[in-house]
Amino acid sequence: MTGYVWLIPVFPLIGFLINGLFGKRLSRKTIGVIASGAILFSFLLACVIFFQMNSSVELSEKGIRNVLFPWIHIGDFSVNFGYLFDRLSGSMTLMVAGVSFLIHVYSIGYMAEEEGYWRYFAYLNLFVFMMLTLVLADNLLLMFVGWEGVGLCSYLLIGFYYTTEVASDAGKKAFIVNRVGDFGFMLGMFFLFTLFGSLEFQHIREAVISAGLKPEHGMGLITLATVLLFLGATGKSAQIPLYVWLPDAMAGPTPVSALIHAATMVTSGVYMIVKLNYVFQLAPITMLTIAWIGGLTALFAATIGTVQNDIKKVLAYSTVSQLGYMFLALGVGAFIAGFFHILTHAFFKALLFLGSGSVIHAMHHAFHHAGIHDKDPQDIRNMGGLKKYMPKTYWTFLVATLAIAGFPPFAGFFSKDEILWKTFASSHRVLWAIGAFAAILTSFYMFRLVYLTFFGEFRGSKREEEALHESPSVMTFPLIALAVLSVIGGWIGFPHIFKLPNVLEQYLEPVIENTGGIHFLHNSALEWGLMDVSILCAIAGWLFARTLYAGKSDVPGKLAKTFSYFYSILLNKYYVDEIYFALIIRPVKKIGDFCWLFIDTIIIDGTVNLVAYLARCFGRIYSLYQNGAVKVYALTMLGGILVLFWIFF
Amino acid sequence: MVGMLDYAILSAVLFTVGVVGILIRRNIITIFMCIELMLNSVNLLFVAFSRYMGHVDGQIFVFFIFAIAAAEAAVGLALVVAYFKLKETIEVDEIKLLKG
Repeated sequence: MTGYVWLIPVFPLIGFLINGLFGKRLSRKTIGVIASGAILFSFLLACVIFFQMNSSVELSEKGIRNVLFPWIHIGDFSVNFGYLFDRLSGSMTLMVAGVSFLIHVYSIGYMAEEEGYWRYFAYLNLFVFMMLTLVLADNLLLMFVGWEGVGLCSYLLIGFYYTTEVASDAGKKAFIVNRVGDFGFMLGMFFLFTLFGSLEFQHIREAVISAGLKPEHGMGLITLATVLLFLGATGKSAQIPLYVWLPDAMAGPTPVSALIHAATMVTSGVYMIVKLNYVFQLAPITMLTIAWIGGLTALFAATIGTVQNDIKKVLAYSTVSQLGYMFLALGVGAFIAGFFHILTHAFFKALLFLGSGSVIHAMHHAFHHAGIHDKDPQDIRNMGGLKKYMPKTYWTFLVATLAIAGFPPFAGFFSKDEILWKTFASSHRVLWAIGAFAAILTSFYMFRLVYLTFFGEFRGSKREEEALHESPSVMTFPLIALAVLSVIGGWIGFPHIFKLPNVLEQYLEPVIENTGGIHFLHNSALEWGLMDVSILCAIAGWLFARTLYAGKSDVPGKLAKTFSYFYSILLNKYYVDEIYFALIIRPVKKIGDFCWLFIDTIIIDGTVNLVAYLARCFGRIYSLYQNGAVKVYALTMLGGILVLFWIFF
Repeated sequence: MVGMLDYAILSAVLFTVGVVGILIRRNIITIFMCIELMLNSVNLLFVAFSRYMGHVDGQIFVFFIFAIAAAEAAVGLALVVAYFKLKETIEVDEIKLLKG
């Protein structure tokens, strides 16, 4: 089966083609089965290849490489269209295909009553194809194809409800903000090519190792290239300063938010850096930038998340914050910890989004039943007490909350604690403090969400309440599956002090090349102590949320009033959108207006019109001569012939 | 002995007559005849040169010109007849609808 790696991304492509071309004529059931089945095939094939790879020493060292055809070949620049299934991309593929499959199944229930059912599944399959291309690409250029492809699908799916202005604007925003990052990615790619003469990951790696490059060599070009690649990552993975598109992207259907804007696409920036770890380590300045951007994003987004009232907005800021943790890990050189958090985050964040989707689904039905159309089914102020109506959703949501808040033994605890410990152990004490504080906030905003959504009394009318019900089993099955993964997912990466095997780290060890000479402190007592601190952080956040939101209390309102200044800043997301609008969009628009009204209309159009006007004037004058009298023409012709004679003889 | 120059002069005179006729006459049929005159002056020159230079090419050319002239006369006269039926005039000074 080692020759069939390329089939993994091709299955979703086939699903896309079938649903995209003939979807209009197929029944809803068929569409759902085709779309989910395509992903299931991919997943199963990936599993088979994964086991086959691990059973052979040679394959697991080098990875399975499928070169389909030489793609571009100009001079000394050559790129193949090839897929590489190695330890890193294989693990990522399993996660992407597995989570995608669960979300496809969930979508069958969630989208059951929506218009454009076939369009939705076609886009979703195309997304998975592009994502798997990104993950499995054996060179940067093909990765960039996937990178752009997932951006396109993200745009299409954010704007799925294209008749509403919010959704189509959010789609455009995501696309345009990502352009900025892509610009950096491309430039970074060009620099890497000029440095190493190849875009293939294996070649770059061999070049770095054989040249024995070290950070001490202080090569400015590598720093520049990595900073530019990181700019690309900030766009796709929603970090400061390009995170603004992700919260708006929640205008898309909820399973899309779960798949694209939480579990898979937004982690591709992290994945790219893990893949190129041996290059990034050569640029300590870039590493420091990544660590600080990551840490600050984790804190910044978490503070915004504490006051938002839209259930999906809270989760969106939470995603930005968790991605910040991943970048923090990368920045301090703990690449495996960062990748570990990609995996666990994919499980619990997808679960949170799907759970919120289940809640929104129920609220939507309730409002529909009560004949209300102006209430927002995503606003947590309209919810409350959903626990008894939606027990499965509640329990799975609670599991995910415990996981993201960092309670042992749930998945998030292990990955987040690993990140915090590695941050501390690489002697970035300030960043550790920032991360730990963000962990308190994480626990706080998640439990706030749980209390406001599932506990207390339902804050709607009786008529709404009687329509509340649990979602169908096609939606709860993925919830349960993800809940199981959110519990056990972290067990692949036990910390060393547990004296249990850290499967993930052993497995991915060969992927990481310690070119940067990164060194971590080893101190078991300290590690135990810091672990206690991070558990305490989680508990503190939970207790704080419990006192504020568990009972009927007017404390939150009072707090908001006392600190109304800060509260309004947070509620308005630090006015970042407004600042960007004033600093970037308005000037750009002004320049655009100038180009349009002055350069285009006056100078360019003016020149063209002047030429046309002159031509018309000459035409007018000459047309006087064209008077229809044949004799005049004949005479002119004679005159002309005589002139020619006079010239030539 | 009639020399080459005489033919050339005759041809030039005929051609000039044709040109002047086109310019000063107003009747289309006369103009037509003037055009024929010009063509035939050229034919004369062709034949003369053909004989003078011992080539037969010029005479072949003359046959082509005859054929073209005949076709042209047929089409042209048909047009004149058709135009006369429509406007009841063949005065070129009055035929000036096509103008800028």
